[in-house]
Amino acid sequence: MEEIQSLMHGFSVALSPTNIALMFVGVILGVIIGVLPGLGGANGVAILLPLTFGMAQTPGGATSAIILLSCIYWGALFGGAITSILFNIPGEPWSVATTFDGYPMAQQGKAGQALTAAFTSSFVGAFLAVVMITFLSPVVAKFALAFGPPEFFAVYLLTFSAFVGTSKEPPFKTLASMMLGFALAAVGLDTVTGTLRLTFGSTHLLTGFDFLVAVIGLFGIGEILLTLEEGLAFRGAKAKISARVVLDTWKELPRYWLTSIRSTLVGCFMGIVPGGATPASFMSYGVARRFSPNGNKFGTGQIEGVVAPETAAHAAGTSALLPMITLGVPGSPTAAVLLGGLMIWGLQPGPLLFIEQKDFVWGLIASMYLGNIAGLIVVLTCVPLFAAILRVPFSVIAPIIIVICAIGSFTVKNAIFDVWMMVVFGILGYLFKKLNYPLAPLVLAIVLGDNAESAFRQSMLMSQGQMGILFANPLVGTMTTLALILLFWPLLAWGLARVRRVSA
Amino acid sequence: MSEGQEVRAAFRRKSAELAVAALFFALGVVVITDSVRLGTGWQEVHGPRPGYFPFYIGLILCVASLVNAGRALLLRDADNKAFVEVGQLKLVLSVLVPTMLYAVLVTWIGIYASSVLFIAFFMRWLGKYDWWKVVGVSLGTAVVIYLVFEKWFKVPLPKGPLENLLGLG
Repeated sequence: MEEIQSLMHGFSVALSPTNIALMFVGVILGVIIGVLPGLGGANGVAILLPLTFGMAQTPGGATSAIILLSCIYWGALFGGAITSILFNIPGEPWSVATTFDGYPMAQQGKAGQALTAAFTSSFVGAFLAVVMITFLSPVVAKFALAFGPPEFFAVYLLTFSAFVGTSKEPPFKTLASMMLGFALAAVGLDTVTGTLRLTFGSTHLLTGFDFLVAVIGLFGIGEILLTLEEGLAFRGAKAKISARVVLDTWKELPRYWLTSIRSTLVGCFMGIVPGGATPASFMSYGVARRFSPNGNKFGTGQIEGVVAPETAAHAAGTSALLPMITLGVPGSPTAAVLLGGLMIWGLQPGPLLFIEQKDFVWGLIASMYLGNIAGLIVVLTCVPLFAAILRVPFSVIAPIIIVICAIGSFTVKNAIFDVWMMVVFGILGYLFKKLNYPLAPLVLAIVLGDNAESAFRQSMLMSQGQMGILFANPLVGTMTTLALILLFWPLLAWGLARVRRVSA
Repeated sequence: MSEGQEVRAAFRRKSAELAVAALFFALGVVVITDSVRLGTGWQEVHGPRPGYFPFYIGLILCVASLVNAGRALLLRDADNKAFVEVGQLKLVLSVLVPTMLYAVLVTWIGIYASSVLFIAFFMRWLGKYDWWKVVGVSLGTAVVIYLVFEKWFKVPLPKGPLENLLGLG
């Protein structure tokens, strides 16, 4: 069992006092970020990323930096449940489904049970997903070592086609949003020939658009503007978690083992393909409602209705890191930001990471186990504290969040121009959210645009311009075909529905 | 707040959809124009010219925005609900406009002084807080930011004439 050995080595890396301290700091920051409106996993990590530039330069620092940032991610995943259950406001999009049964439970005075169930099932989902990552990622990485440019381009194509095929938003909006991301990624110096593209003589645009600024604007400022429309007051249920409530709930939870396993599977699958945590949580809620004997009571405060979406969301959020570290293709916006972090620290994400940066990879995987344990401890003990943050009035918290976002944008490149860009992206984010343009493909396209393009150009060089190279061997051919099916899936589904209606 | 029939729409959904689709189309045209300038064909040694990839990106962007605009035009009147109501728009602008001013202020007087002004303005104008609370929170935030960023993480933030006067620049 080579994996176990590597994992043990990873634990020895992750268990240094500094790294454990960073884990707790990360989780606490993450929960706060997850609870606050306008801050979430993706832009919380984006804001803090520039602060790790210095940290990552020290020996072993890159591992500490990724531990800090990934723990913020876990914390944000946990934090989303708090606001959904207590305030009926999903702090994160993937906790929307948690409000369906979580908030009714809180209204019936069972907030403690709901929170315990949410946190515990989050932990279970994440834990199972980490186990999967531990054993699957070395296999995927080994497999991917044989990848050349055409295979990588096929992977990118598959990733982006999956957005079109699986998104519930209109396909052409997904496409438009994605292409905007690619266009933004193309701005600046062309990495292959050194030509300037789309800069129009502006010196600000020489280095291109930074995805961190885009993430902070789209998700941060955009979210605050959206929250404002709903009015300024938050009214929430009181929360207290005593050891008794926790133990009683834990006694009840094993009853839902089947729901947990189903939700984990849904979550892992949706996390690896870039569907993401949000659809995973909805899908798993739907599946649980259909299969549960109490299915018709869902929505009235069923504990199972909290278990299902939370397990799936965490499983998806965690397994989104699998394609990120093995292939360099993130499965969620937050994973995309983490991937951007790796590139900034000078690590090339992808299969070689498992050979050249063993400490880093296994330290990260070990920290996923430990970080989720740290997260569970923190959230179970500090719920009242986090709930209190939400009671800070919006007119105090909103300007502070905007100031933090502005500082985060500035520190990316020490450019005030980026603060203006953040405002522009904020307005775009607001418009896009209101008009159902999905943001995830936009962010992923900005992050991966250059890589996808250079993979494509290298493939074309290899084949002297023949597109046939994308079908040259069974592996790349299968991936390309799958990508095309997914890309045209909305069209196929529409056609099938028509055929069925005509024949019926 | 969105209940009741009497809410006045500042913009309707159709106009918002069309405006965003037009924005996308315009961006697509910009991308295509610059790609054509760079060359979209094949080049010996380098393979596809620098404009090849962006050209198709721009093209898809234009086509997608046309489809989106078409779908918006087909929107039935019943579905053409308010994109944003007047009251909501006022709230959104009451945050957006100060935020834009804030971004401009940062350029002139640095991030500390402008953040203090920004937070103070927000709390006083939207929150109607007592002055002592306003001053406490806004100055307190600036001090915390200074300690965390400049002292702890050693990340310099933009400063203006005020900091130079205090000898912190």
